[in-house]
Amino acid sequence: MTKLLDVKDYKVYYQTLKGQIKAVDGVNFFVNTNEVFGIAGESGCGKSTLGNSLIYLRAPMRYAGGSAYIEEMNISKLTDEQMKKIRFEKISIIPQFAMDAMSPTKRIKQIVVDLVREHDEKLSDEDVKELAVKRFEMVGLSADVMNMYSIELSGGMKQRVVMVISTLLNPKLLIADEITSALDVSSQKFSVEMLEEFKDKQFVSSVIFITHDISVLYQISDRIMIMYAGLVAEIASTEDIVSKPLHPYTKLLIESLPKMGIQFSEKKLTGIPGYPPNLLNPPKGCRFYDRCPLRIDPQKCQNEIPPLVEYTPGRYIACWAYTKGNDKNG
Amino acid sequence: MDEPLLKVEKLTKIFRSGVVGGHFTTAVDDLSIDVNRAEIISLVGESGSGKTTVGKLILHLSKPSMGKIFYNGTDISTLKRKRLKEYYRNVQGIFQDPFASFNPIFKVDRVFDLLFESYLKDKVNKKHDLIVESLEKVGLNSLDVLGKYPHQMSGGQLQRILIARTLLLDTKLLIADELISMLDASTRVDVLNILGTLRDKEKMSVIFITHDLSLGYYISDKTMIMYMGNLVEVGKTKLVFDNPLHPYTRMLLSAVPEIGRKWKKSELEMKRGEVPIGGCPYFDRCTLAMDICKKKPILKELEKDHKVACYAAEGVKSDDSIPVGENHNS
Repeated sequence: MTKLLDVKDYKVYYQTLKGQIKAVDGVNFFVNTNEVFGIAGESGCGKSTLGNSLIYLRAPMRYAGGSAYIEEMNISKLTDEQMKKIRFEKISIIPQFAMDAMSPTKRIKQIVVDLVREHDEKLSDEDVKELAVKRFEMVGLSADVMNMYSIELSGGMKQRVVMVISTLLNPKLLIADEITSALDVSSQKFSVEMLEEFKDKQFVSSVIFITHDISVLYQISDRIMIMYAGLVAEIASTEDIVSKPLHPYTKLLIESLPKMGIQFSEKKLTGIPGYPPNLLNPPKGCRFYDRCPLRIDPQKCQNEIPPLVEYTPGRYIACWAYTKGNDKNG
Repeated sequence: MDEPLLKVEKLTKIFRSGVVGGHFTTAVDDLSIDVNRAEIISLVGESGSGKTTVGKLILHLSKPSMGKIFYNGTDISTLKRKRLKEYYRNVQGIFQDPFASFNPIFKVDRVFDLLFESYLKDKVNKKHDLIVESLEKVGLNSLDVLGKYPHQMSGGQLQRILIARTLLLDTKLLIADELISMLDASTRVDVLNILGTLRDKEKMSVIFITHDLSLGYYISDKTMIMYMGNLVEVGKTKLVFDNPLHPYTRMLLSAVPEIGRKWKKSELEMKRGEVPIGGCPYFDRCTLAMDICKKKPILKELEKDHKVACYAAEGVKSDDSIPVGENHNS
């Protein structure tokens, strides 16, 4: 397996009048080729900031350190002009709420052509339209969609259109940010299946799937990264995350999910008490300390940030409970 | 059995669109519901199924085209001024976006102040204690809440404040429209638990409008599945989920993302022609559609506390089932 994306100690801060919000504060992970890599966490954990910053790092976001390599290229150091060349072709995104962000005064075909024009000079308008129609038909939309306005489409149809547009130039890496969150269960399932098909057909090679819904990740991703307050809590195979979670945060998160077969009158589920810390001035120790039921070594937990270590092969975790006696990387 | 708290009889709402009114949409079609005291009913359906319209009609925010709603035996369309105000004391709604429910330029205390100015004039001297007590019932500490602005609170906290507000009013029926769909997984279940506790302790009834079936399963006594303005399956939650009889319910359940169960690959959605006028609303998407389905089935009790509107579920057989892809515009 080769790494398509390799992110090391990557930091993205937001510049505000009150200071810097450390939204992504030193994350380490990699995405293999032909892999669906899921990122999950509560709102405000930095998952969307991370995804957006890899595509277009613009104010008020500010690059604050680390590296992000796609193949041999460090994209965190590219200028706007250089980034524009690889965006959409090498790395593409389906932004959150994209389906509601399509211009209501342009026909779909115009949106498609304009977008491709920005990034590719080789394809003619006719080629682009032909390609788009082919892809639309693949996802069950008729060619008529090209002549429609976005307001004429249903939510599920809009999401399909956005997915087709984002992957039109066959990007290596696709970042899908909360693409299922605003959809009905049947459209959710359809979107996920569509993504899988695009991967099978090699329209995209790898996908970073960002969502707050772990049960959707279970359906699609090979590995899952759990983020908490701008840091990585745990990275493991999907199976390990859902059936053998190690980090106390992951454990509580999985336990709090309502499942079919569990009713309030029979078994009460519990959420996670407390709230994530303010990232303007994060605590100096483990960021989950306040809410953690474990606190294996309270002194250490409160004062030192646990490093992300490889606990067992391929399984990464940032918790002092799993670093004891593990001399690898401290 | 007591008289139901709320009785909805043959409720129909038709929206007219277009300047000259050429286009009609039936958002709610001949729908009847009984809501008992201390009962949580979930109203489940995809977007556009009419579930929100039902909530609005019950809240008297919209007038029904046909049919009646009785609260404690009184037709609510006859309520005016004072008695309507009294109705709102008993029946309250909480909606999806908590940030839209609060005026951002006022402190959150205002939602309580308004209450004491209009409904609870006689209790003003005990105002603070009552607020503190009701906040405690929803798991909030008044010190974290009072004197703050909405943007300083999380969505989960705001929704709880609104629930606390209904407690002060001694609300009998709460219409919770997608109450928790904007909340994080870790706080969602806590808000659901509050609803369950209120049912058990305060004898409050809740109509829980949601598109998320697993949340409905967890909390509700009864489940109603709605499709295109029609109730297609109604019954005790356990019966509906463990033994779904309507093909639409089955499709929905199979699409619920669940940890521990991977989605089965589905065929591309095949629409077969149009829904015949006066026919089963699910006709165009149903794999079991038969000729008889051109006449709309009504809800029938197929087992105790479990009703379904489907000929196939009733066991009606037909040799001339309709082949896929053929147009039936009768």
